[in-house]
Amino acid sequence: MATSTGTPQGNAVAPEAGENGVRRRDFINIAAVSAAGVGGVATLIPLVSQMAPSKDVLAESTTELDISSIEPGQAIKAVFRKQPVFVRNLTQKEIDEANAVPLSILRDPQTLAERTKEGHHNLLVTMGVCTHLGCVPLGAAEGENKGEYGGYFCPCHGSSYDTAARIRKGPAPSNLVVPDYQFTTDTTILIG
Amino acid sequence: MSFPWAKHYAPKHPLTRFLDEKLPLPRLVYNAVGAGYPVPRNLNYMYNFGVLAGFCLLLQIVTGVILAMHYAPNSLVAFGSTEHIMRDVNWGWMLRYGHANGASFFFVVVYLHIFRGFFYGSYKAPREMIWLLGVVIFLLMMATAFMGYVLPWGQMSYWGAKVITGLFSAIPLVGEPLQVWLLGGYAPDNAALNRFFSLHFLLPFVIAGVVILHIWALHIPGSTNPTGVEVKSESDTVPFHPYYTAKDGFGLGVFLICYCAFVFFLPNYLGHPDNYIEANALSTPAHIVPEWYFWPFYAILRAFTADIFFIPAKLMGVLAMFSAILVWFFLPWLDNSPVRSGHYRPLFRKFFWFGLIPTMAVLFYCGGAAAEEPYVMLSQVATAYYFLHFLVVLPIVSRIEKPKPLPFSITEAVLGSDNKAVLSENAKSAV
Repeated sequence: MATSTGTPQGNAVAPEAGENGVRRRDFINIAAVSAAGVGGVATLIPLVSQMAPSKDVLAESTTELDISSIEPGQAIKAVFRKQPVFVRNLTQKEIDEANAVPLSILRDPQTLAERTKEGHHNLLVTMGVCTHLGCVPLGAAEGENKGEYGGYFCPCHGSSYDTAARIRKGPAPSNLVVPDYQFTTDTTILIG
Repeated sequence: MSFPWAKHYAPKHPLTRFLDEKLPLPRLVYNAVGAGYPVPRNLNYMYNFGVLAGFCLLLQIVTGVILAMHYAPNSLVAFGSTEHIMRDVNWGWMLRYGHANGASFFFVVVYLHIFRGFFYGSYKAPREMIWLLGVVIFLLMMATAFMGYVLPWGQMSYWGAKVITGLFSAIPLVGEPLQVWLLGGYAPDNAALNRFFSLHFLLPFVIAGVVILHIWALHIPGSTNPTGVEVKSESDTVPFHPYYTAKDGFGLGVFLICYCAFVFFLPNYLGHPDNYIEANALSTPAHIVPEWYFWPFYAILRAFTADIFFIPAKLMGVLAMFSAILVWFFLPWLDNSPVRSGHYRPLFRKFFWFGLIPTMAVLFYCGGAAAEEPYVMLSQVATAYYFLHFLVVLPIVSRIEKPKPLPFSITEAVLGSDNKAVLSENAKSAV
């Protein structure tokens, strides 16, 4: 291994070399390059993380909503993290339609009960963001196209969602996302 | 490097002699685009688009740098500052229309440049590196154009940004955090607008750098030509200046007439009215389409409507869209035929004119149409052929095709005979 004949420098540098042919210069070389490397990589951390959401963007990450005025069959649009949220008060017919769908035919199998809160199965809170490429689906406002499954319809690439906002047709991979939320009172919810 | 018969730069004026000693910039120009660069004598007008693309890049940089003096990249005022450019800044309307239409014309020119390469086999050895650098330039152009379109902060800007960054969310596991990181938020907002502005300003200069490499790589083997036969003797070439400076000048004149017709008479023809509505995060325009130059790739993205095995449709669409351009990187090795020019390749030529070109036309049309039948089905068929063309048709054709006989030299192709070259060839073989 590192015998005196094994090193390329041979015996010419022997006076500087230590017991294993390692010179002080080798150590300094490795130490300097390592320090520069670690420093260089460490410098990348701020350069990369400055791209992530800033504190003010993160600070706006909860939304409180009064839901008392939503009549059955109606929906409202709210804003959560600069993106639309749909809150829909489902009619009994819409609930029955959603419950009648066998889970086996769904692309992203979930029941209506799993997508709503206990005791409030008529209140469907979802992001108004198509899971395909992020367009706002139609169907929340009065008179908008709800698509062939009676929920939401994304005009961008034709994804159709059913009354539980589950993906039924088109390119979107999953159901409209149900954000984290809780009932703070019987008529208000806190999203985020 | 150049051919041995290239003219040598010999400065006469004391100033040019002084410069030649201290910084031989005039010599560089003379050898790159002057009399010192011999070029095949038979280039047709399809070979004008390289110079035109360079002109477009310059046009975009000049108008863009000026626009940046009047534009404010902040989501609160960006839309207003764009209108300020249109209404209040002296000649602002012309600069902005010139920049927006300049982007479209840049893509027209570059598409023709690329398809010139497809037909004449410009990507083949020894010019692979020119081709690879060209594909890199095209990718950089797409990124630059996309970010530029976001800057006016209209409805199409906003939703374009949302949809395109949404493509990244299709990537398994890291997709959604990646999208948030790219945007600096959960949806496009001031952070995204600001960074897009910064990068939109930077990337054209990166493109200019890669263009220099592209031209450098080109000057090693020299330009190809419509026969695809390499230059053999001096009679095959003419000096770039004055022959092709004149020809390119004429092409530039024609180009400028078309360009000005759009800038002054149809400035919004290639745009979308929705982009004159300020960005609104709560309302998606009824019909989102990207700018026309992205339509073929947008059609490929939308062609995937059902999951394939375990790959979701969305991821499949994104992969296919990126692969549609990445496959160009492999073109020099997919097409094995030693014959370059489509003129001498009967079978290749059929697949080019009746396969690739109609496919691109269909993809163009479908990419701009609504996401409904029959356009979805048409895009699926066209997408299938597009990939078959590159991955199956070209490798097979290049193996089974019997090419037509090639002319001995460029001179023979042009003049009908090339006695001098034949004689010198005979002399060489006699030695």
